Amino acid sequence: MNRFAKSWMSAALCLAIGTAMLFGLPSVMDDYTLIQVTIYAVMSILGVSLGFIWGFGGILCFGQAAFFGLGSYTYAIAVMNMGDSTVPFALAILVPALFAAVIGYVIFYGRLSDVYMGVITLTVTLILFNLINSTAGPEWRIGSAPLGGFNGIPGIPTLNVPGRPDDVLSPKDLFDVTFVCLLMVYLGLRVLISSKIGRVIIAAKENEQRVLLLGYDARAYKLFCFTLGGAIAGLAGCLFANWGAFTSPTIFGLAQSAQIIIWVIVGGLGTLVGPIVGCALIQWLTTAIGTQQTFNSNLVLGAILLLFVLLVPRGIVPSLGSAGEWLLRKLRRPAAAISPAASTAALPPTEQAT
Amino acid sequence: MTPLIETRNLNVRFGGVHATRDVNFSLAEAELRCVIGPNGAGKSTFFKLLTGQVKPTSGQILFRGKDISNMQPHEPGRLGIGIKTQVPSLFNGLSVWENVWLSARRTNSTEQADRITRETLERVGMLALRDATTGLLAHGMRQWVEIGVVIAADPPLILLDEPAAGMSDAEVARTAELILEINRRHALVVVEHDMNFIRMIAKKVTVLHQGAVIMEDTPDRIMRDPLIQQIYLGKKPH
Amino acid sequence: MDLAVIVVIQVLYAVASLVIISAGLAVIFGMMKVINLAHGEFMMLGAYSVIGAIKLGINLWVAMLLVAPVAVGLIGVVLERLIIRRLYGRMVDTMLATWGLSLLLVGIVTSIAGNTTAGVSAPLGSFSVGAYSVSGYTLVIIAVAVVLALAIRWVLLRTPWGLIARGTMQKPDMANALGISPSRVYSVTFAVGAALSGLAGGLLAPLTGVVPTMGAAFVAKAFITVIGGGPAILAGLVGASALFGAINQLATFVTTPVFGEVALLVAAIVMLRLLPQGITGRFFKGSL
Repeated sequence: MNRFAKSWMSAALCLAIGTAMLFGLPSVMDDYTLIQVTIYAVMSILGVSLGFIWGFGGILCFGQAAFFGLGSYTYAIAVMNMGDSTVPFALAILVPALFAAVIGYVIFYGRLSDVYMGVITLTVTLILFNLINSTAGPEWRIGSAPLGGFNGIPGIPTLNVPGRPDDVLSPKDLFDVTFVCLLMVYLGLRVLISSKIGRVIIAAKENEQRVLLLGYDARAYKLFCFTLGGAIAGLAGCLFANWGAFTSPTIFGLAQSAQIIIWVIVGGLGTLVGPIVGCALIQWLTTAIGTQQTFNSNLVLGAILLLFVLLVPRGIVPSLGSAGEWLLRKLRRPAAAISPAASTAALPPTEQAT
Repeated sequence: MTPLIETRNLNVRFGGVHATRDVNFSLAEAELRCVIGPNGAGKSTFFKLLTGQVKPTSGQILFRGKDISNMQPHEPGRLGIGIKTQVPSLFNGLSVWENVWLSARRTNSTEQADRITRETLERVGMLALRDATTGLLAHGMRQWVEIGVVIAADPPLILLDEPAAGMSDAEVARTAELILEINRRHALVVVEHDMNFIRMIAKKVTVLHQGAVIMEDTPDRIMRDPLIQQIYLGKKPH
Repeated sequence: MDLAVIVVIQVLYAVASLVIISAGLAVIFGMMKVINLAHGEFMMLGAYSVIGAIKLGINLWVAMLLVAPVAVGLIGVVLERLIIRRLYGRMVDTMLATWGLSLLLVGIVTSIAGNTTAGVSAPLGSFSVGAYSVSGYTLVIIAVAVVLALAIRWVLLRTPWGLIARGTMQKPDMANALGISPSRVYSVTFAVGAALSGLAGGLLAPLTGVVPTMGAAFVAKAFITVIGGGPAILAGLVGASALFGAINQLATFVTTPVFGEVALLVAAIVMLRLLPQGITGRFFKGSL
């Protein structure tokens, strides 16, 4: 299963499914449902950004929402000042990336450990939240864009066709753009992961000492990984601002960061598809809970996170993969005893040497 | 001839321990040296100094005449110093092939890296297990994989910290052969405890004791020296 | 002159607050290396137990100083048995599980107590210093922090339990060899840490609105203080609280409370970059 997951076949399969959804969903869904699916796709991009830096780079960032928020705020402020959305779109990716680069430099070149990464990213998210939340007065504006403080920024102009400011995207167009972005992010990351840079990043997560001894500057690779994650989260933030034409400081909150982590854990750390599955599932669950009164969403999410960490630490996608593989083995050799390796869920199965 | 690697009055202290004392060490290109000493003599610390994992308190380390005493941890690998650590440091979750490939790929294109990886795995006899998950292999095999990882980068200086540890006699002999073969084009410093193994490979041995070099000579003369016998083997000369 | 007194009092108060809110976390993280992200919720539970106790007619001081720590301490025992125990050594998993726990606790309390802010008024009115007035409760907080620090020191240094706890944290196997059950020590330590968090929540109840989500405001500060403090539990706690509390308060004086918070957070980042092991990783090494 591990080999399949890493091969180009699994990437092709996912892309095929994704492309089918891109073209198929609009024809079976009305605009309203399409809008629902769009937000799932937007958040999936965010989830994938964390899934990438955490699952492949070993970087547990407690503040991925910071880059998400920066992306949405940057887009909002820039587009309200510039009119045409092309440059704002680019800025929404670059500003969070730059921010991530600075934080990443402090952490990786300062040789701080995992725990400190968690604390510092948490802290930065709080700083941003505190700062932006307090900008409610009318004196707080950048150009013609009011920051709005805890009220947020309403009425954000939608993306338009580059060069034609009046040709804005319709909900269906936004669905297309978002979905294409998701597929491109997925494809791009798959290509990166199988390239030399990607392999070094993954190796550094396995054993940073050995990567250094081989002559690779692990700090630079981690910085690149983290910055890329910030850029992708920024992209998701920009699309989010477009989706609701609104953004607010809650986006910088701990709750948002917690959600992203939950998607990745539930979906499966170490895969790119996992965060997408986890995100869709949890988003759907949150909406479903929101419509009833008995169970509070914090309660359910907290319980889910807790249960998954305790009982299903690998997440849905890898567990399904292992279960499927186990099933295949049983079907192929029903009479033979199952070797101990197959039942070891913790390690990927491989040829056993004595 | 400029030595390949040289230390001058190298000292390191941490906590209250004087782990390396005024060590003057010199190794020529393609020379093979063994370093021995009782536990706590400072052998692994010495290697850590050479690979930049530990910074010296005073003194110098020169690689082909260039001062490398204060390196970032990734620089020795770039310069051409490879190390197989005492406890194998490998990518346990990756396959044998990938471990060696990552080493080869740093200075080679993908095609060259593929070729070098295959050749290296043949040299260390691990090609058949190329897809095995490294963490699941037996200790002796992991040592060979690590040696493969080190030589795939083709470094002029190779440091091996206890390459024969935990191996059977047959494996030890094979490792000795491998080391001699590597020695044709690379310099090696080998830390070991097994004197039989050392006799198989070394012409010159450096003895460390409490952080300082106390003797440097051929294996036979060292084995016969009464002081060495007393320190290292705990025997009174007889 | 009056202003100077006020400034000093406010700075001491900021430092004392940090000591109080971080003590529970310092014990749990410092002794067990467990990252308890539900710390803020333990405080919240402490605050709610004070509210509940008052409703039952219990005296405010008894509620804050006795009911809150005991109640949360007991909850801590249960949670340690059920959850934390299974994750020892897995730092990241502990972070995640306690994060889930924190959400769960917020959810449960919201379901029971609703979202509205409950309140307790601060006892001991205020008194004046020249042209300024100072709340008497401020001085209480300062006093409690001092007593707390001394109490922790006394327990760790002078009681058998403190010695056992310190020994077990360093070498669990030795504890076993001495006939002490490490799991019992962990259990009690976690309970004590939880109780301290509950105490903090109880003490802060008169100062902030008591609402299920109140914990979030404290978690980060407490964490930063504990990690900034470094490996020595008490010296680190006091040292980091002093540093960050002073910066926070002074920045607040000069600018606004929001920037005061931001200053604290930025100071933490800078400090961690310079001293990755925390304050007591470099200074006062080997102290308690």
